[in-house]
Amino acid sequence: MTPHDIARVQTSSAKTAPIADAAEKDASAVTKTERLVIVGNGMAPGRMLEHLFERAPGRYTVTIFNAEPRVNYDRIMLSPVLSGEKSYEQIIIHGDGWYIKNGITLYKGHKIVSIDRDAKTVTSDRGVVEPYDKLVIATGSVPFILPVPGNNLAGVLSYRDLDDVNAMLLAAQSRTKAIVIGGGLLGLEAAAGLEAQGMDVTVLHLMPTLMERQLDPAAGYLLQKAIEDRGIKVICKASTKAIIGEKKVEGVELADGRLIPATLVVMAAGIKPNAGLAKDAGLSSNRGIVVDAGMRTTDPNIFAVGECAEVGGHVYGLVAPLYEMARVAAEHLVDSSSTAAFVHSDTPTKLKVTGIDLFSIGDFADGEDRNEIVLRDASAGVYKRIILKDNRIIGTVLYGETADGAWFNDLKKKQVDITDMRDTLIFGQAYQGGSPLDPMAAVAALPDDAEICGCNGVCKGRIVGVIQEKGLTSLDDVRAHTKASASCGSCTGLVEQLMALTLGESYNPAAVQPMCGCTTLGHDDVRRLIKAKNLKNVFAVMQELEWTTSCGCAKCRPALNYYLVCDWPGEYADDYQSRFINERVHANIQKDGTYSVVPRMWGGVTSAKELRAIADVVDKFDIPTVKVTGGQRIDMLGIKKEDLPAVWADLGKAGFVSGHAYAKGLRTVKTCVGTDWCRFGTQDSTGFGIRIEKFMWGSWTPAKVKMAVSGCPRNCAEATCKDVGVICVDSGYEIHFAGAAGLDIKGTEVLGLVKTEDEALKVIVALVQMYREQARYLERIYKWAKRVTIAEIRRQVLDDLEKRQGYYERFVYSQKFAQVDPWSERVSGLHKHEFKPMATIGMPQAAE
Amino acid sequence: MTWAMIGRITDIPRRGARCIETPQGKIAVFRTAEDRVFAIEDHCPHKGGPLSQGIVHGAAVTCPLHNWVISLETGKALGADEGAVRTIPIKVEGEMLFIALAALSDCAA
Repeated sequence: MTPHDIARVQTSSAKTAPIADAAEKDASAVTKTERLVIVGNGMAPGRMLEHLFERAPGRYTVTIFNAEPRVNYDRIMLSPVLSGEKSYEQIIIHGDGWYIKNGITLYKGHKIVSIDRDAKTVTSDRGVVEPYDKLVIATGSVPFILPVPGNNLAGVLSYRDLDDVNAMLLAAQSRTKAIVIGGGLLGLEAAAGLEAQGMDVTVLHLMPTLMERQLDPAAGYLLQKAIEDRGIKVICKASTKAIIGEKKVEGVELADGRLIPATLVVMAAGIKPNAGLAKDAGLSSNRGIVVDAGMRTTDPNIFAVGECAEVGGHVYGLVAPLYEMARVAAEHLVDSSSTAAFVHSDTPTKLKVTGIDLFSIGDFADGEDRNEIVLRDASAGVYKRIILKDNRIIGTVLYGETADGAWFNDLKKKQVDITDMRDTLIFGQAYQGGSPLDPMAAVAALPDDAEICGCNGVCKGRIVGVIQEKGLTSLDDVRAHTKASASCGSCTGLVEQLMALTLGESYNPAAVQPMCGCTTLGHDDVRRLIKAKNLKNVFAVMQELEWTTSCGCAKCRPALNYYLVCDWPGEYADDYQSRFINERVHANIQKDGTYSVVPRMWGGVTSAKELRAIADVVDKFDIPTVKVTGGQRIDMLGIKKEDLPAVWADLGKAGFVSGHAYAKGLRTVKTCVGTDWCRFGTQDSTGFGIRIEKFMWGSWTPAKVKMAVSGCPRNCAEATCKDVGVICVDSGYEIHFAGAAGLDIKGTEVLGLVKTEDEALKVIVALVQMYREQARYLERIYKWAKRVTIAEIRRQVLDDLEKRQGYYERFVYSQKFAQVDPWSERVSGLHKHEFKPMATIGMPQAAE
Repeated sequence: MTWAMIGRITDIPRRGARCIETPQGKIAVFRTAEDRVFAIEDHCPHKGGPLSQGIVHGAAVTCPLHNWVISLETGKALGADEGAVRTIPIKVEGEMLFIALAALSDCAA
């Protein structure tokens, strides 16, 4: 566990108390609210609560026990987390704030061990006893572990939750061999994820073809080929006899005697409902906890939802029916006489492995009374099969080309007689009725009640209606309002097509904001191309990237100059004519054309000698205003441009250098007095602030960078609203970043806790260098961090030591050319022309 | 028209400007990337910003105070903004630059 993990776990457990307090206050304020206790915090109860809060806000006081120490996250998206395409933070459904807002008491890491139905209480493994009026059991499922010798060896994992994913990610760092047992949906996603993490993966599957429950043999064969093309080995008809190893896994032995070596074995051979708790409480259970169509167990005060529930003889593992259970249960919690009933329906299957498109629904077994339509395109790797009975679709398997899945599903659901379009049915919707082959036509032709998002049961009419009614323009907005494409994301393309259809030309998902009117390229493209094409001056960039103006404009030139300064240290000659006036003359222009000057006071510390020098300069040049800044510096305002070099010369004699108060660069490092003076100080915050400032001054950055170091959590240096801040604690240095206290106000994010000052400096330097290399010009750290995600930044500068070192070294190299005091350069005569008029004519006192 | 010599074209950096002090105020003299020269009042029509301190691009300058873009050829604000500064005739002979003094006195009027 890395230090920041510890820090975060502490934060979250500390948060439990205030959440509970809030709930108690609510409970006392509202008379006679009923107590709703939920065992489990997965997607089904999360969705149930959303319905409940919408339908009957304030009706229940809710308490949740979650055996996992975290909030509700999207389990369908674990595969992208495993493959590295998403981070945990990106798959959170309900953050801590949601629980607080709804007055929910959430016990993280509490497993319920018993239910007392007479006393109407539940008891957790940590001894909490909670009374309920209504209880919802949502304990989900447990992985099926093959009953073979060695199944409990270290290195044998299942694939159910984030802990499993984290364990796999850790194991994958070895870059050795892994075996996945089970060639179903989950197993293949696990295999693809592990392969993406650099493991050598073999899939063992008991049946003759992969995903045999969702795919016919032909599609299974295509899938196997695609999986093998990625470098994953597939062994079908593989019966596992034993898992071999002394203390740790060393391999798997098959029934036919083959031995396959591996250091990691993932069991993905199926799941079984987790009904133990309910069974112990005497509730009727079969494969799962038996419930009626209203999701009630045999105890009328106890409901069950999710993978643990068995309704109408079925148990479910895909999200769409689980969400339907959630809706039905919520209805019954709102109104005990509700007639809402869960009805079984087929759910399409999709595989979330990037680059593999497959879709299957319904029944596709051969039979006397059935016939089929098949399309194969071997070179394109496309296979489509529709199974018909009485001229109606009863099943569909699509591989390689799945755009028409929603349409086929719609025809199947409505039992449409397809006799008239039988000849062209397999080609899809776009070919019906002679309409032109327009990808949009398929979506346009869908009826309003056609289901677009299977996971959340959202139909076309609702999406279009909400887009129009609320004036939505972005995919994120549509997800927020309708939940369409917000779970597994595989219908994202359809939702985008609907948006395009509804909004017309005003919707342009791929739109990149161009840098300025001189180009159609966005900042990210320009930065990439500068590196890729080895462009090393402003004119080369404009020529090669086909700028439409001869020499740019006031927007793109400073940006390009920064990108080149950052990307080619030591090679690129700074183009001063492309710098804003403040950075060109190293002072801040004021409204009357005079300038202000801020000398550097390292860490905000000064001395009598320095103050005396400033006082002398103020007197000598008749400077009208002297002011203390927010960054612990002294600002002299109203200096005539011609006087600047002389002012700097006098300041320089006292040891002052430029404070860069004008720069898109490192501005100030504020400090408190730390262990030097303060009775609460835990570290030498002043010394560390000065050290950071001496290390990093002179560096140019995409936008200004302000820092602070506080010596204890009382935070007198106000480090938690800075671009980068440090809070010293007894155990080390808590590094913060991405705060703002200007146009936007935003508290910082915690990057992590490190033990030593040296490490803290390295992490901060790496963070700033990553920002220098990636951000768009004028984009502050908090905006950049929002774009690339906190988790990704943490991964690169805190967790990945090699990356951290790389960033650190590139920053250090770049500083060799950046740490030159611009004031003393100009005192010595650089850019003389800037500070003198070219000529004086017609003036009475003019004497040339 | 009286022409006053103000210096050499090389006194001004390309894509840059220098100032001339006159009794009527400052004149900004610009040199573009293609060595064209222009002279205008150093006083943005918006809030009086010193145009000589702006970024020069094409035959225009962006005011350093609030980013108005002023055409060096016409003195007019470009884009959505409305306003104009006086342009002053300038000529190049060899390396030497001259501005028209008559225009200067108009300035004062």
